[in-house]
Amino acid sequence: MSSEPMTMLTLKSARFREERQDSWRALEDVLRTVESGGTKALSREELLALPRLYRACLSSLSVARATSLDQNVIAYLESLCERAYYALYGARVPLWKRTLHFLTHGWPSAVREIWPELLVASFVFFLAAALGIAFVVSDPEWFYTFVSEGMASGRDPTASREELMESIYQTETQKERGWFSAFAADLFSNNAGVAILAFALGFAFGIPTIVILVQNGLVMGAFIGLHINKQLGYEFSGWLTVHGTTEILAILLAGAGGLRIGRSVAFPGRLTRLQSAARSGDVAARVIGGVVVMMFIAALLEAFPRQLVDSDEIRYAIGLTFLVFWMFFFFLRRPTPPELSA
Amino acid sequence: MSETYTSPAAAAQVGRTVRRLVTPEGVDLGVRLADVSQRFGALCLDLLIMIASLIVGAIFFAIAGVEVGGIEGAYVTIQLFAFLVRNFYFMLFEMGSKAATPGKRALGIRVASRTSPQLTASAVFARNALREIELFIPLSVMMSGGSITGQSSAVDGWIWLAAVVWLMIFALFPLMNKDRLRIGDLVAGTWVVRAPKPVLLPDMSATAEAASGQFTFTPEQLNAYGIAELHVLEDVLRVRDSDVMREVAERIAVKIGWTNNTSASAESFLKSYYAQLRGRLESGLLMGKRRADKHDVG
Repeated sequence: MSSEPMTMLTLKSARFREERQDSWRALEDVLRTVESGGTKALSREELLALPRLYRACLSSLSVARATSLDQNVIAYLESLCERAYYALYGARVPLWKRTLHFLTHGWPSAVREIWPELLVASFVFFLAAALGIAFVVSDPEWFYTFVSEGMASGRDPTASREELMESIYQTETQKERGWFSAFAADLFSNNAGVAILAFALGFAFGIPTIVILVQNGLVMGAFIGLHINKQLGYEFSGWLTVHGTTEILAILLAGAGGLRIGRSVAFPGRLTRLQSAARSGDVAARVIGGVVVMMFIAALLEAFPRQLVDSDEIRYAIGLTFLVFWMFFFFLRRPTPPELSA
Repeated sequence: MSETYTSPAAAAQVGRTVRRLVTPEGVDLGVRLADVSQRFGALCLDLLIMIASLIVGAIFFAIAGVEVGGIEGAYVTIQLFAFLVRNFYFMLFEMGSKAATPGKRALGIRVASRTSPQLTASAVFARNALREIELFIPLSVMMSGGSITGQSSAVDGWIWLAAVVWLMIFALFPLMNKDRLRIGDLVAGTWVVRAPKPVLLPDMSATAEAASGQFTFTPEQLNAYGIAELHVLEDVLRVRDSDVMREVAERIAVKIGWTNNTSASAESFLKSYYAQLRGRLESGLLMGKRRADKHDVG
């Protein structure tokens, strides 16, 4: 070899690269278009060329690994193949299409999937609520144990029946003052935050999630008990039902999502703990994503109809209509969802 | 080019950070995990962008919102905007076609699923929902000085300390597992990988100097080194620092017993040696001999 310096010009690996590099560059161009504008930005020819260029590039990589010692070429090909692999097999679906698919299929099917946890969450929550009612009805002093001063804001056992009624039915001046959308925005960011938290805390074996459910149940029960003591049980429940059917269902779903993660971490079954957490994380995340939507609706209901409608019957009608709607939406069997494709 | 060139071998820290990624065609592409330092840098950048956009957004909506809906309009839009930024900044960017926030993109890393080529929206949602307990809650407790009720009390110091410990546990979590997962990655089935875009650089064996035949080495002289040294030599030639090249040329000359003067044309000497060494090692590869480094005499 040393006697033939001219062969240096044509190392086999250099010649190989000379022959192939045009197709690598072509793939690079196509990828740049895909990465900035999605597959839609590609022309018909480019779209057809992508898989071919990708396979050619993969084969170049295999050859280069076996025969070339140019580390720049190998690093370049590896990254090119990886980008093409994600572009090709991880086909990106437009965000709006994904959102629509999520709302109509991904979300309800995830809710159906976690029904055992939903039952547990409901049981825990309503048991706590029943206890809250029982305690406060038997002795109003218990109210202070469950509800903080800030949350009660005057609605405590010392308040008169009239004062309690004021917060259930808005006076005309309150209605005129408005600020309902501000109220709704506050409620939404607060409640959606709590829902995300209930989910996120789930991985600690679901224990914090249970605590949040019990606490919320007790608070609700304590308020109901307080109003029952003043013969306002029916009226207060109507006030609560308007948005409560949506909001409480959302809380229960968030709790159920947290419990699913906790359960999968604690009892991974045949999977490893990591696989198990990842699998349940996927289902639970879909549930919680939907919970954020529900919290948005609940906040609107809480801010507008609840403040503007005074009739108990209409309040019950609105709340129960929403409950029926959610039940049908989540649990009505429908044709298996089509696979999402680009 | 010479300033930005980084050696692929050095960037990979070979072995420890490479994970298998086998395509359906059966080729292992070997993804490289992102460094903890890269991820921390990306996070800091993203937080800065979030804060900046919150300030800009607040000013914009304060003006535009009042125009449209009075003070209430401004309040509502700012409130919703703040909520969106806090909860959906990471999510929306990572659901996009680049699978990375601006901070991550700036540091050349992206999010990927550990098991499939497709990064689902629910995985992105899960990994970022957990950011809330990993980062935002302890941070806000720390910033409020440990007071969670808004009034100062005797236990504030302890709560603050608890928040610091909490934050530390979550922040250090990626250092304590081999895949550098944070809790969010763990639940979502994702990890953060490097997404470099190396440029195809000129082949260092196909240069005029190498072809000139000015330097010709005997097989014994080419036997002095293996693949590891060849790669170092490639890095040296791509960076083109004249001092380094002269020094390397001298050391090679001593090692192989090259008697002629090299200092005048260190670069030509190195390019010639590189091309001939690579030719020899590559023909070894074809015969199934992979000489890892100079100690490998197999």
